[in-house]
Amino acid sequence: MRNQSAVNDVVLEAHELGKEVSSPEGSLTILSGVSFRIAAGASVAVVGPSGAGKSTLLALLAGLDLPTRGHVVLNGVNLSDLDEDGRAGVRADSVGFVFQSFHLVPSLNALENVMLPLELAGHKDARKAAREIIEKVGLGDRWSHFPAQLSGGEKQRVAIARAFAAEPAVLFADEPTGNLDSRTGANIMELMFELNRSSSTTLVLVTHDNGLAERCNRILSLDAGRLQSDSEAAA
Amino acid sequence: MKAVVFALRSFGRELRSGEVVVLLAAVGLAVGALTAVGFLTDRIGKAVARQANEVLAADLRLRSQEPVPSEWSELAAEYGLDTAETLAFPSVVFAGDASALSTIKVVSEQYPLRGAVRVADQMFGEQREVDGIPEPGEVWADGTLLARVGADVGDMLSVGEIDLRVSAVLTYRPDQSIGFASLAPSLLMNIGDIERSGLIGEGSRVSYALLVAGDAQAVTDFNDAIESELPDSVRIRSQEESSERAYNAADRAQRFLSLTAIISLLLSAVAVAMSARRFAHKRMDTVALMKSLGATQRFVIAVALVQLVLLGIIGVLIGSIVGYAAEEILSRILADLFAGELPNPGLRPVVLASGSAMVLLLGFALPSLIQLRNTPPLRVLRHDAMPPAPSRLLVVGLSLAAVAALLYRSVGDARMLLVLIGGILVIAAALYLVGRALVAVIGRFRSGVGVAWRYGLANVARRGRDSAVQVVAFGLGLTVLLLLTLVRTDLLEGWRQTLDADAPNHFLINVQPHELESVGALFENNGIPAPDFTPLVRARMTLINGESVKDREYPNEDGRWLANREANLSWTAEMSSSNELLAGEWWPADYDGPPLVSIEEDAAENAGLSIGDTLSYFVAGRDIEAEIASIRKINWDSFQPNFFFVLSPGALDGMPTTYISGLKIEDEQKSMLIDLVRAHPSISVIDLGAILQQVRGIIEKASVAVQAVFVFTLAAGIAVLFAAVQSTIDERRFESAMLRALGARRRTVFSGVMAEFAALGMAAGILAAAGASILAYVVAVQLFKLPYEFSPLLWVVGLTAGVFVVCISGFFAARGAVNSAPVDVLRGTAG
Repeated sequence: MRNQSAVNDVVLEAHELGKEVSSPEGSLTILSGVSFRIAAGASVAVVGPSGAGKSTLLALLAGLDLPTRGHVVLNGVNLSDLDEDGRAGVRADSVGFVFQSFHLVPSLNALENVMLPLELAGHKDARKAAREIIEKVGLGDRWSHFPAQLSGGEKQRVAIARAFAAEPAVLFADEPTGNLDSRTGANIMELMFELNRSSSTTLVLVTHDNGLAERCNRILSLDAGRLQSDSEAAA
Repeated sequence: MKAVVFALRSFGRELRSGEVVVLLAAVGLAVGALTAVGFLTDRIGKAVARQANEVLAADLRLRSQEPVPSEWSELAAEYGLDTAETLAFPSVVFAGDASALSTIKVVSEQYPLRGAVRVADQMFGEQREVDGIPEPGEVWADGTLLARVGADVGDMLSVGEIDLRVSAVLTYRPDQSIGFASLAPSLLMNIGDIERSGLIGEGSRVSYALLVAGDAQAVTDFNDAIESELPDSVRIRSQEESSERAYNAADRAQRFLSLTAIISLLLSAVAVAMSARRFAHKRMDTVALMKSLGATQRFVIAVALVQLVLLGIIGVLIGSIVGYAAEEILSRILADLFAGELPNPGLRPVVLASGSAMVLLLGFALPSLIQLRNTPPLRVLRHDAMPPAPSRLLVVGLSLAAVAALLYRSVGDARMLLVLIGGILVIAAALYLVGRALVAVIGRFRSGVGVAWRYGLANVARRGRDSAVQVVAFGLGLTVLLLLTLVRTDLLEGWRQTLDADAPNHFLINVQPHELESVGALFENNGIPAPDFTPLVRARMTLINGESVKDREYPNEDGRWLANREANLSWTAEMSSSNELLAGEWWPADYDGPPLVSIEEDAAENAGLSIGDTLSYFVAGRDIEAEIASIRKINWDSFQPNFFFVLSPGALDGMPTTYISGLKIEDEQKSMLIDLVRAHPSISVIDLGAILQQVRGIIEKASVAVQAVFVFTLAAGIAVLFAAVQSTIDERRFESAMLRALGARRRTVFSGVMAEFAALGMAAGILAAAGASILAYVVAVQLFKLPYEFSPLLWVVGLTAGVFVVCISGFFAARGAVNSAPVDVLRGTAG
């Protein structure tokens, strides 16, 4: 019923995804037969124990890596049909990231870090747009600071501003609070959900934190590379 | 365009982060070494070019050992050409009791026909061009000459039998020799004074010249007209031949120095390759991030390229400044070795060095950048995701191409280039193997030492490849510096010790036959045994086995030169004690047959002569033919008068003969030489001790110059060390944090790191001391035929210098790694 109504609004689709890697002990299956569709504007948590394949799934969904079986359709484009630069183009247009270890470019200041994806996507007034979003995340007075001069929470705010700046169709977050203390983490998540609500961005969140997962509309639970459950969250 | 903006934006920050300092330093050093040498050779080249069209002070010069017949100058006048006469010969000049050997240049009114003489009114005063020549009764003397005799402008100099007033300091004459200044500084004198001076006698070593200049066509016509008529004793030289020789000499010096600089360049290339690897590695995370944010491969590589080129430009700027400063110092050291001052250098060396730096960067850094381009975006999630290593073919191909491109300019010949590159590869491979062996040996000692040393030695062994490269880089620089300092003085000292204590220290030349008796008596009156006099007859070889010496083929250029130059012949009944018969037979003491000749072994070899060949000489209008009867080896170190060609008694009877003699004169007996020269002005006294002193001075200065170039090599070695340490800095940080987390004190960790550098330094020192010893042995035994003495000092200095330099550099390179707080490192949030 929900799926029915959302067919035309599907922004991300995993079709029979599988990933195998070769290791000294022979071929190792990391993901197998994972299929789902995610509607535009949804917030989805991917949960599971260590080694369940969460990060691999995230990499495949964002086109950072290619599946050995199946395919991913992001914003109407089959990622397996594209070369690396083609996939980069799709990411520039439709994808944002927030990482556990922030991944800011150390040689650029906060504002310039936020401008980066805007410029890569060919945004006309990157500086202005970046200033606006950096105000929104509460760092209006620290935009000229370099990553080394910012606290962990501030770094992650810059990362979030960067992720939302280009108004991506999908935002992938990989353990965004993993390197933060619980209080800062809570503030950061508050900010993320707020931006997710106020924009039409779809949020895909990989996390260990069940509390965090439950704040999403939908929870995909992985174990040993297989999709164990796909449930609507209580919220 | 986006890429350029992005590259510029983050570049300032990159620079400040210090990560690129080594890359910058490596490029700067390469450029510094190249520009220092480039500036210097550019200056010398310019000096040569400036002088090249006046080296003869004329368009044409006819030179002879006898006065040039006046009919030639009359003929020149018929062609509408200007002429001037010059005479040049060595003679001792006195000021009071002080004396110095000088080249007396006697000139007529019109001298010089091309170029201008420059003089100064006082020593080191401002120089100016002058028209004309010294007035009769006056001379213009070289500053060096005045300094040697302690005279100044206005003082009187005794030249032969007359006293002449110094009216100016001679700073430049167009026909002075280019390059190293002559051992005997010049004195310019009016031709009107020569008769009175009594300096010219029969058989004097005077070089007469007729200078000719004028309209180019007239000069050519005159040249054509006289060419076939000139006797063999007259040599004719045109402007073009002279400038060509000057250019060739400058060109050879330039090539030698450039090749020296290339060693620094190659070491810098190693540092560039290492730090470029680091440069690329550090950027992998950023590249992966940018790709995850949607950057294309082209964008990524464009950013890296722009930043690399910017780094190159800054490196070139720094290097050019360093090179310019180094050259200023060098040219000051060398200034008095060159005749005349050097013109200012141009900008050409900077252009060439910049080009070289860019070739270096592209050849050695590009493979890393290409690898960078392939960084998988997955790395943002999985830090172990690495791009595939660049293909070996690409790495080797690009670096070889870069080296070839850089060397080609210095070598300028494809075949030589191949030989050189082959040589470099073989030597580099051999050195690398030696380095690896040393590293392996050092690694073995680790079971017998304390924890800090064990940790350090283990590190040396573990990073075997990098360690070997560092050992070789340092070892090379040290080797050359040891050679140029310790070995050089050892060799000079060793050579002096082989000299016979009673070996002559003075030569008398140009003694006329009628003076033999009175000169002998003068010595005996002063308590010195009358010297032995050896006859000397000047001749020109015309034919060898009936074939003209000009047309003949010779085994080498030395042979051609020997056969074509003016020859000094002597005769004797008994072979000199400083000679050894190698082949043939010495003539009997009472030999009275057709002329026989005995020749020196190298002369025989170079000119392709053997026993039984006949040599024809032209002596004072007569032809003499002599058959080669024997081949001798000469002990030149005996300092006895010796000759390449010695004839049998009677062969040269009736020819114009002068005598020479070598004798030992103690310092306290030297004053009698003044009486000797006053009584016999045409005799030249040559003080060998003073000349040796000067030769030593020249060698010392020249080796300081070469040393300066090799300081760049050592600095490049330090850059290699920094690059190597930096490429392991993350690893070192982590290890240091681990060790400290496990309870090691900072001091212990630090000692371990220093132990590692001490071991590397020791290995470099061993390599350098061994290298310098082997080279010293080869130079001593093969080149100078001196007995070689093992020098323990070489090992002490080599090892100490190696350990010291590597430890100091290592300390600065690695201190950051040891000082990071363990918690930051282990959490991955440091930096």
